[in-house]
Amino acid sequence: MSILNVNGRAHTLDADPATPILWALRDTLGLTGTKFGCGAALCGACTVHLDGQAVRSCVTPISAAQGKKITTIEAATDGSDRVGAAVHAAWVKHDVAQCGYCQSGQVMSATAFLKSLPKGKQPSAAEIDGAMAGNICRCGTYARIRAAVADAAKTLA
Amino acid sequence: MLNPTEPHELPRALQHLLARSQPETAAPLARRSFLKLAGAGGLALGVFPRLAMAQADGAGPAAGGLKPTEQPAAFVQIAPNGEVTVTLNRLEFGQGVQTALPMILAEELDADWALVRSRHGNGDAAYADPRFGLAITGGSTAIKHSFTQYRELGARARAMLLAAAAARWNVDAATLRTSAGQVLAPDGRKLGYGELAEAAMALPVPEKVTLKDPKDFRLIGQPTSRLDARAKSSGRQDFGIDVRLPGQLTAVVAHPPVFGAKLVSVDDGAARAVKGVKAVLRVPLDRGAEGVAVVADGYWPAKQGRDALKLQWDTAAAEKVDSERQLAQYRELAGQGGARKFDADMAPLERAPHRIEAEFVFPYLAHAPMEPLNCTVQLAKDGAQLWLGTQFPGVDGMAAARTLGLKPEQVQVHVQAAGGGFGRRGNPSSDYVVEACQVAKAARTAGLDVPVRLLWSREDDIKGGYYRPMHLHRARIGFDAQGKVLAWDHALVGQSITAGTFFEGAMVKDGIDATAVEGLRDPYPLPMRLTVHHPKVNVPVLWWRSVGSTHTAFVMETLIDEIARTTQQDPVAYRLQLLGDKHPRHRAALQLAVDKSGYGKTKLPAGRAWGVAVHESFETVVAYVVQASVQKGSPVLHRVTAGVHCNLAVNPRTVEAQVQGAALMGLSMCLPGAAITLKDGVVQQSNFGDFAVPRITDMPEIAVHVVPSAEPPTGMGEPGLPPLAPAFANAIARLTGKPVRDMPFKLA
Repeated sequence: MSILNVNGRAHTLDADPATPILWALRDTLGLTGTKFGCGAALCGACTVHLDGQAVRSCVTPISAAQGKKITTIEAATDGSDRVGAAVHAAWVKHDVAQCGYCQSGQVMSATAFLKSLPKGKQPSAAEIDGAMAGNICRCGTYARIRAAVADAAKTLA
Repeated sequence: MLNPTEPHELPRALQHLLARSQPETAAPLARRSFLKLAGAGGLALGVFPRLAMAQADGAGPAAGGLKPTEQPAAFVQIAPNGEVTVTLNRLEFGQGVQTALPMILAEELDADWALVRSRHGNGDAAYADPRFGLAITGGSTAIKHSFTQYRELGARARAMLLAAAAARWNVDAATLRTSAGQVLAPDGRKLGYGELAEAAMALPVPEKVTLKDPKDFRLIGQPTSRLDARAKSSGRQDFGIDVRLPGQLTAVVAHPPVFGAKLVSVDDGAARAVKGVKAVLRVPLDRGAEGVAVVADGYWPAKQGRDALKLQWDTAAAEKVDSERQLAQYRELAGQGGARKFDADMAPLERAPHRIEAEFVFPYLAHAPMEPLNCTVQLAKDGAQLWLGTQFPGVDGMAAARTLGLKPEQVQVHVQAAGGGFGRRGNPSSDYVVEACQVAKAARTAGLDVPVRLLWSREDDIKGGYYRPMHLHRARIGFDAQGKVLAWDHALVGQSITAGTFFEGAMVKDGIDATAVEGLRDPYPLPMRLTVHHPKVNVPVLWWRSVGSTHTAFVMETLIDEIARTTQQDPVAYRLQLLGDKHPRHRAALQLAVDKSGYGKTKLPAGRAWGVAVHESFETVVAYVVQASVQKGSPVLHRVTAGVHCNLAVNPRTVEAQVQGAALMGLSMCLPGAAITLKDGVVQQSNFGDFAVPRITDMPEIAVHVVPSAEPPTGMGEPGLPPLAPAFANAIARLTGKPVRDMPFKLA
């Protein structure tokens, strides 16, 4: 038995401890906001926070999450988290999404990045690119992602 | 995607297909689908006269002469609280129809935009493309074909609301007006649409309606935020992959290593031992192959099961493609006579003062939409339901019916939002849909009477075929010192996308597939002889965003630029001279991009060069002026200025997004890792590690400018792609002095 703490709730799972967090979230807990893109930590669509750090849930086994807190897109954008709410609002304001499939991962990466910055620090364009380079968007929404991340950082300052 | 040279022939081909698939006796379609649509969000249109309901289903007499695609009942639903839900006749997969189609309808309805929602339609006749007669999302046709349709739908619904208000107040409808979801009387009385909807929809549907003067548009033409922006940035938007039905199982299929290979033996002992695996099933696959499906209670055990399979394949009978050998064969073919698309006198070639001899190679490309391919199937005794994001719900539904031994009307396709597609979710052979049906059928036979979701891994997607075809172009061009082309001898070698599909009749003429040659020669007045070869190769191919123009635009626009360079002419001036006065939209788009970019005025930093290209595809013209450099031997794209002529831009905010996205996908073809190659029949790439797509660090600055126009809109999903790569290549050629001929770019 594994215990997964997801968005502040503990779930007991009868699953192979090697099961990636992604599939525990999607297939067992029904939290489908976290997306499957590549299964190999190459595209970032599955990004969640593990104790606040952005991780690729498609290659992170549930055994690695024991005793830690998982935050998914559902909780990061429900208004309870100041940074997540700012990122979500910026994504809406800049109309970032096209197909939208990768955007859960993009928002989670951006949120973790902004949380990692010293208070009041405005990221440079290169820092934003560096933080977001692990997330693929096949629709090509990168120009608006850049603008949204910069805007969210401003609203948080 | 579909861009037939003779567009009128396509509907005929599709009708033929429909006719072939219809049962002998056309039983009235079940009304469940309409009732379901009507019942979901409010009662307004749920209470609807029987006749109109039958029309909305595509059955019953066409009273009033209105077709199912013209019936507001199937498209507009107004809840008692005034919420207006517009049903889409297209797949939303990023291109923004989810917002633009409701904008068009709401404009004529005079709806309160804050109360407008949207949802997908299904496979019913009402949601067919009004020109094709079949539900299709492709060829950048959504707005082009449905602009007038959705305006009229909105105007009809508005007329019915006015009539209902007139009856309620016992006044002449002509004295009433509408504004933001309300009917207003001269004496100041008001009724919300939500209060009137039920009565309105019981009234006759007017056949003829007067549409607004475009100068009175309040919504159309306004940069508008997407209706799905909030859901799509909070994980709350559901896609096909997110469908969860009670008892649902997940299937992962082991496909053959070589397209069409046979399965010899299966050792599934270890697979069956994986916890959660419910069945291991042999299933027939696309192209006569056979595979093994592992069905489990989730993707992870299903994939663990597949990894544990020990399979033996017989590849002896399958043609094993090798990319290097294939290129050699293509080169040989290019030197031989073939089908002739254009003809011209080639005698001036030998005595021309200047000559260019060029060969271009374009590799296979995977679409790689971010949402892996999937399809969920639920079988019942007398029917089937499918959930998937599809560009071809009608085609997929018919393929499902054939696979399952059902009549088309016994199959219901629930269209889900898709995480990209770029053509891959619009396959005439419905490959993964048929596969999902085969798995569901085999599972049911094995006693698993539950919904089954087929899910492809990224590796299945990259290795699974249906690529943009590999192409070889060869050109010999003779021109004079002024750049006047005297003769242009051109050969094109590449697989036909539509041969062997039901599109063949409409798209292949005299042995030439229109989707392969679109974008060649025109709009320039060139004496071109074009010879075409469509070899048969054991690699499945398919349209890829902007189809033929993915390669023809590159060839044309780099060669035109090279002629300008050779004759020391400005590339913009040279193009404008060639275009003459016959192509005002090309001129306007190019001029706009030039003016906004600073081209010819701004001096670039050392090491940077300008590049220019203009191309029309799907009736929209896009011109790019770019700035690029070469850094540490690698080409880098810095800045892109776009001039777009798409006639009236319904939602300029989406037009901008489509150009940004299409430009990046155009850039994707140029960057290292953008190639699918085969060795001994096996695709050598497997995931985003070896089939690379651009990341945020590759994104140039991009500014999009639209030529003002009030003409009926043309498409925007694809036309932003083709001119990007040649504009980039032209800048690089100016820096290095050597033309770029290879995709992805290789610097000589």
